[in-house]
Amino acid sequence: MESRLDTDKQAVIDEVQRFVEREVIPVAHDLEHDDIYPVELIEKMKTLGIFSATIPEVYGGLGFDFYTYSQIIEQLSRGWMSLAGIVNTHVLVAYMIATYGTEEQRRAFLPVMAQGEKRGGICLSEANAGSDVQAITMTATRDGSDYLLNGSKLWVTNGQRGGIFAVLARTDTAARPPFRGMSIFLVEKGTPGLSSSRTFEKLGYKGVETAELVFDNVRVPAANLLGGVEGEGFKHAMSGLEVGRINVAARAVGVAQAAFNDAIRYARQRSTFGKPIAQHQAIQLKLAGMATKIEAARLLLHQAAQKKDRGERCDLEAGMAKLFATEMCQEVTLEAMRIFGGYGYTKEFNVERYYRDAPFMLVAEGTSEIQQLVIARQLLERYKI
Amino acid sequence: MKIYVCIKQIPDPNTVVSKLDPSTRRLVRSGVSLVLDPGDESTISAAIKLRDTIGNSELIAVSMGPTSAQEAMRRALAMGVDSAILVTDPALAGSDALSTARVLAAVLKKENAGMIFCSTESTDGYTGMVPGGIAEFLGIPQLTFAREINVEGQRAVIKQVTQTGYRTVESSLPAVITIASGSFEAIYPTMKGIMSARKKPFTQLTLSDLGIEAAQVGEAGAREQVMTIGKVEARAAGQVMKDDGNAASTIADFLQRYQLL
Repeated sequence: MESRLDTDKQAVIDEVQRFVEREVIPVAHDLEHDDIYPVELIEKMKTLGIFSATIPEVYGGLGFDFYTYSQIIEQLSRGWMSLAGIVNTHVLVAYMIATYGTEEQRRAFLPVMAQGEKRGGICLSEANAGSDVQAITMTATRDGSDYLLNGSKLWVTNGQRGGIFAVLARTDTAARPPFRGMSIFLVEKGTPGLSSSRTFEKLGYKGVETAELVFDNVRVPAANLLGGVEGEGFKHAMSGLEVGRINVAARAVGVAQAAFNDAIRYARQRSTFGKPIAQHQAIQLKLAGMATKIEAARLLLHQAAQKKDRGERCDLEAGMAKLFATEMCQEVTLEAMRIFGGYGYTKEFNVERYYRDAPFMLVAEGTSEIQQLVIARQLLERYKI
Repeated sequence: MKIYVCIKQIPDPNTVVSKLDPSTRRLVRSGVSLVLDPGDESTISAAIKLRDTIGNSELIAVSMGPTSAQEAMRRALAMGVDSAILVTDPALAGSDALSTARVLAAVLKKENAGMIFCSTESTDGYTGMVPGGIAEFLGIPQLTFAREINVEGQRAVIKQVTQTGYRTVESSLPAVITIASGSFEAIYPTMKGIMSARKKPFTQLTLSDLGIEAAQVGEAGAREQVMTIGKVEARAAGQVMKDDGNAASTIADFLQRYQLL
């Protein structure tokens, strides 16, 4: 596996790393604890070009591959995981438009998205449909040259600050299996009938709003049906989720790396029984295990991202990366807390934040259990006797 | 106008513990991570700001150093500098401040520079002698410690930081301007800037391109000699005062002794 970036892209990652150290790490703790949306950081991320990273150059982006993107996300998450969430939904919407949109849709949406002026949000899950995407009940009914959208969507990151939403709805409620009757619509913020009814208070993943969006007879022109053809929405969403899973795996690697960095620094500073705790085997075993798992997760992540970059189906690889990286992140953040002892449980150190952010990743973009089903399904497909 | 900014690649002050070679009595530069001098980032930012304010101008970075200095120049290009010139030649090894000024001045003379930005001093050598040397070689004025820079007609007008505040100083153009540290908000490279840096014009020159004899520069032409190197004497511990009820007056007396009150 080719595992090095070219020098320009490496310079980009180095700059993101400097950005995180200069701008993110000094403020992340307070913004997270006060649950404040990072308005200033978003402006700086816009200037840096993060929102344009994966958008094709012809539409004003940088056209980076997902391998580079995964490393940008890892760096951002090392500073504050919530920032990577704001980027993730944006990138997913941009990816779906760039890959499946009509030329008009690409020209209409991608340049403003590349500037970060309009950021994207994904509307898939509903109150009674999460892992079981086919159970969604939101409808899109044709009305002349428009569609009327009705229903509500849950867990929408960027739900209030986002400008363009990709909304999965049923255009044919009689279709069997139901996924054949699903389509994605691009709905702009401010469209009459679209409102945010509430946001959720969460254990972690703070500072970024996770909202419920209500669609009450929202009139969307047929030109905003992604790709211009009905019935393709489920496929678009699943392909987007592969990117989402790469993103979440990268977030998990970033958070775990942050926890490890804090832990090894602390282990060198803190002394017990006459020597730094890093000199005790009990702590060394932890450090070795943590670093090995992080590295393994990173390799799985890079493998999945590079497969996506080659245009190949990568649900197996993205699923494995997401499953392993997020479970690893949960373990590593807890180990970091154990190394910190009592201090790790306090808000004075960042490890408690990493520990609260980790479980989010176990359930976002498909739970670990769903990943295992996806992986198993693909394994049975590939290993036919 | 053609605006120039002189820059330098140095051992990364954030990660490298500076070492001196006892035999050459010079800073060890091999085998360490090298970066664009952080002080120069601020100077480049000041130059970019001026270029964009006065309009119809271009900004060119000039440096003298080994070929590895290309990386530092690429960072300057990523920040928004339009093109870069690097003078590199084996005979330049061991150059002192005088030689550096001679070489940079030769480039700037050839280029017909309208305005030349320099940091007050580099973050590694700290001699602070190169900007004055360049002005001297070119026979043009030098404006020092600028915290604001404007061009009015054919004159440069700066706000110069002084010990008590600032004063306005002006001169004819062309002129060398050194920047007061911390006066200009740093401009950071964008992803787009980084990706386009390699496409910008980059020129590499040798001594013969500049008509400079090898004997005038490098070890051979050095007029500066490092006689000895040694450790800075460790500071003596401060005086600890215990409060037995009279601490305030003891501290006041102490401060008065040093005329701080």
